[in-house]
Amino acid sequence: MSIASSPSTVHHEAVAQAPAPHPAGFLSTYVFSKDHKVIGLQFLFSTLVWFLIGGLLALAVRWQIAWPWSDVPVLGKLFAQEGGQMAPEFYTMLFTMHATVMIFLVIIPILAGAFGNFLIPLMIGADDMAFPTLNMLSYWFMWPAFIAFGASFFVEGGAASSGWTSYPTLSTNVASSPGSGWGQTLWLLGLTMVGVSSMLGSVNYMTTIILMRAPGMTMFRLPMTIWAMFITAVLQAFALPVLTAAGFMQLADRTLGTGFFSPEGNIVNNWMQATGGGQPLLWQHLFWFYSHPAVYIMILPAMGMVSDILTTFARKPLFGYRPMVYSIAGIAGLGFIVWGHHMFISGMNPALGITFMVSTMMIALPSAVKTFNWLGTIWGGRIQFTTAMLFALSFVSMFIIGGLSGIFMAATPVDIFIHDTYFIVAHFHYVLFAGTAMGVFAGIYYWFPKMFGRTMNEFWGKVHFFLTFLFMNGTFFTMHILGAVGFPRRLADAYHYETFHHLQPLNAFMTWCAIGMVATQIIFAANFFWSMFFGPVAGRNPWHSNTLEWTAPSPPGHGNFDFQPVVHRGPYEYSVPGVEKDHLMQTDPPNAAAAALAAAH
Amino acid sequence: MNRLSGIFWSLLFLAVPVLGVATFAIAPAIDVWLPKDVSTHGAAIDGLFYFILVLTGVVFVATEVMLFWFLWKYDAAKAAGPATYIHGSHALEVVWTIIPAATLLFLAIYQMNTWADVKMRRPSMAPSVEVVARQFEWRLRYPGRDGTLGTADDLFLVNDLHVPLDEDFLVQLKSMDVLHSFFLPNLRIKQDAVPGMKIPVWFKAKEAGQYDIVCAELCGWGHYKMKGRVTVESREDFDRWLESQYARQEATQPEADPSRSVAITE
Repeated sequence: MSIASSPSTVHHEAVAQAPAPHPAGFLSTYVFSKDHKVIGLQFLFSTLVWFLIGGLLALAVRWQIAWPWSDVPVLGKLFAQEGGQMAPEFYTMLFTMHATVMIFLVIIPILAGAFGNFLIPLMIGADDMAFPTLNMLSYWFMWPAFIAFGASFFVEGGAASSGWTSYPTLSTNVASSPGSGWGQTLWLLGLTMVGVSSMLGSVNYMTTIILMRAPGMTMFRLPMTIWAMFITAVLQAFALPVLTAAGFMQLADRTLGTGFFSPEGNIVNNWMQATGGGQPLLWQHLFWFYSHPAVYIMILPAMGMVSDILTTFARKPLFGYRPMVYSIAGIAGLGFIVWGHHMFISGMNPALGITFMVSTMMIALPSAVKTFNWLGTIWGGRIQFTTAMLFALSFVSMFIIGGLSGIFMAATPVDIFIHDTYFIVAHFHYVLFAGTAMGVFAGIYYWFPKMFGRTMNEFWGKVHFFLTFLFMNGTFFTMHILGAVGFPRRLADAYHYETFHHLQPLNAFMTWCAIGMVATQIIFAANFFWSMFFGPVAGRNPWHSNTLEWTAPSPPGHGNFDFQPVVHRGPYEYSVPGVEKDHLMQTDPPNAAAAALAAAH
Repeated sequence: MNRLSGIFWSLLFLAVPVLGVATFAIAPAIDVWLPKDVSTHGAAIDGLFYFILVLTGVVFVATEVMLFWFLWKYDAAKAAGPATYIHGSHALEVVWTIIPAATLLFLAIYQMNTWADVKMRRPSMAPSVEVVARQFEWRLRYPGRDGTLGTADDLFLVNDLHVPLDEDFLVQLKSMDVLHSFFLPNLRIKQDAVPGMKIPVWFKAKEAGQYDIVCAELCGWGHYKMKGRVTVESREDFDRWLESQYARQEATQPEADPSRSVAITE
């Protein structure tokens, strides 16, 4: 198929680019690769390893909450705690690093770095990213962060322990807690490196999606995954510089004594900041100006992937394609003016709280529209209960919970009571674990055949889904009622309070569920590695999907496509009346007769 | 076999609303629920909590049951013929945009008054007590017999807050070192203490008793043990307690030197 036959005249320049030369040698093929697929898989494997580490950190946190001050198995010996017990400062390090690892080393890089890298060129019909070298660097800039975060556990005083939000003056004053020394400095350096990596990726994704789409691939023929990745990249590009600047300010406060975030004469634990005149709330504004959009950076790509998976296994066009695109854009836009809802009780002017409350209420709207459209997509479909579909469905089911529980916190008077309790912990775990992580699992089961040329085992996939689904809800749903009691987060032991003394049995139940949830992932890991080598060979399009990546070989070779893809229609033409097969690929020739002919081949 | 798996998975998704509602229904019975409210403003907060709970509960059950029903009905192993070929519905999009928008907007406006009562309409009175948070205790400073904070006869206490029943009580909240949060679960009060800021907190307690003061903002390794107690008591008991504390402080301290004490006020 030649380019000249394409009905579209746009983007020819991009297509005319010569593919990058074939890499030679082991290092340039597998280590310092500039091939987006290899980089995507590098991100995938690295983030999955950190996913395991983050999960084990969570288990250690749960252990302490369920059975405070009891001997910790394994960890007690590894970190030479007194008598095998967990020290309270070690507990603060655990939850700080659990969140840090999960957010900055797992969720953001697995969505943008792994799936974004692997899928963007394939789904838009490009041979690679616009800037392959930047792309390689975006992966390798993760390594200083891996090292900084990893090493921080072993420096004097231990890892950062001021929470992943790193609020001054706990974080800026080097004497405030044991982890406020080297641990905190390494944390800030690691954060900066993650930021550099994200920024390199973001620039690349925007450029690639704008300039390198295949002939005929108009913006409104892009699959939702690509729309979500595109808008996420825009969010990163605009929000991230603020976090980077704030991080440097905090670093300067700690190492140069600048005092951006410390008031005059602030003394913590007998140690006084050299200068003052700063404001602790300033950090919170700057931090959340990034970190609230970051919440959407952590969910939008999963929403996109789930939309694609739902249509494939419902054999039905996406319900309301344009409203879906506009609601992602709406979430991204509103996402920039809701950061203050993290600060309702911070001491910020309460009148300002009302402004943020209204914008926060309104951001629930595009999320609701998306949920209704997902339900509309399933309605009237022909549902195939594959593992990928089950995870995608559970994303929808769980996102409903995470979305609705957000309304409680958005209501400022209710937030007075549930702020910083387990209610918020329940909320963000429903969004980020029950939501995003389910989307990630759906994505792995769905695109695994394209990544490795083989499909994962469906039976064990379903066992993995079933157990994860049960244990996850056992762990996180109960957090809502725990939050209703006012049970505060980040307490190493809350049972000496009269209000909370009776909650230990419930917490023990949740910890057992959490242990079950982590143990279940062994099934996933075994299935993943076994299928990589021994799974059934998949072929190009095992799920009979429509989007461009399924026209390429599995796995695609260097340069991706062995023909020039030309796009004739949107990505969701399933069950088109009058067409013999139940799906029309984006590359299928325009008329139905020709499509039927192609199917006969 | 195929249809069986469809039934199994749809029922699993039906379990979400069933067990979800059950959890919230059982929670109050097993005392895992809102602690007793002893403040005058708490009823409005709890009322709003229940209102949102019912509202979101209805949406939760409706959408989750719909999800179950679609999975049950449109299982490929059960439903005959091809899927419905439809790209969306303008009318539906309008309906499910406008109804939630109106609901959310109503909710936004409906709650403003409670927020203003708790956080913006401060009673016009002198502070009843100054609470200074530090790692890892609550330092309290009552105005002395002269009724004015910052004078030589101020009463200093730690972690033992007393509050008169049925009276407006105004706390001036400060922090000496890092962020803390002054959390009184039974009084539905939570306010961060910020170094460099003086933040007013007020409430009116309506039931005598002893309740917890919890630190709700991470403040270091000892965050978990930063515990105080608040005693709500009648005006007479409160005055008697104050008197005994004055006597105790005066007995253990040398004659107050006004020129020295004033220096630590601000």
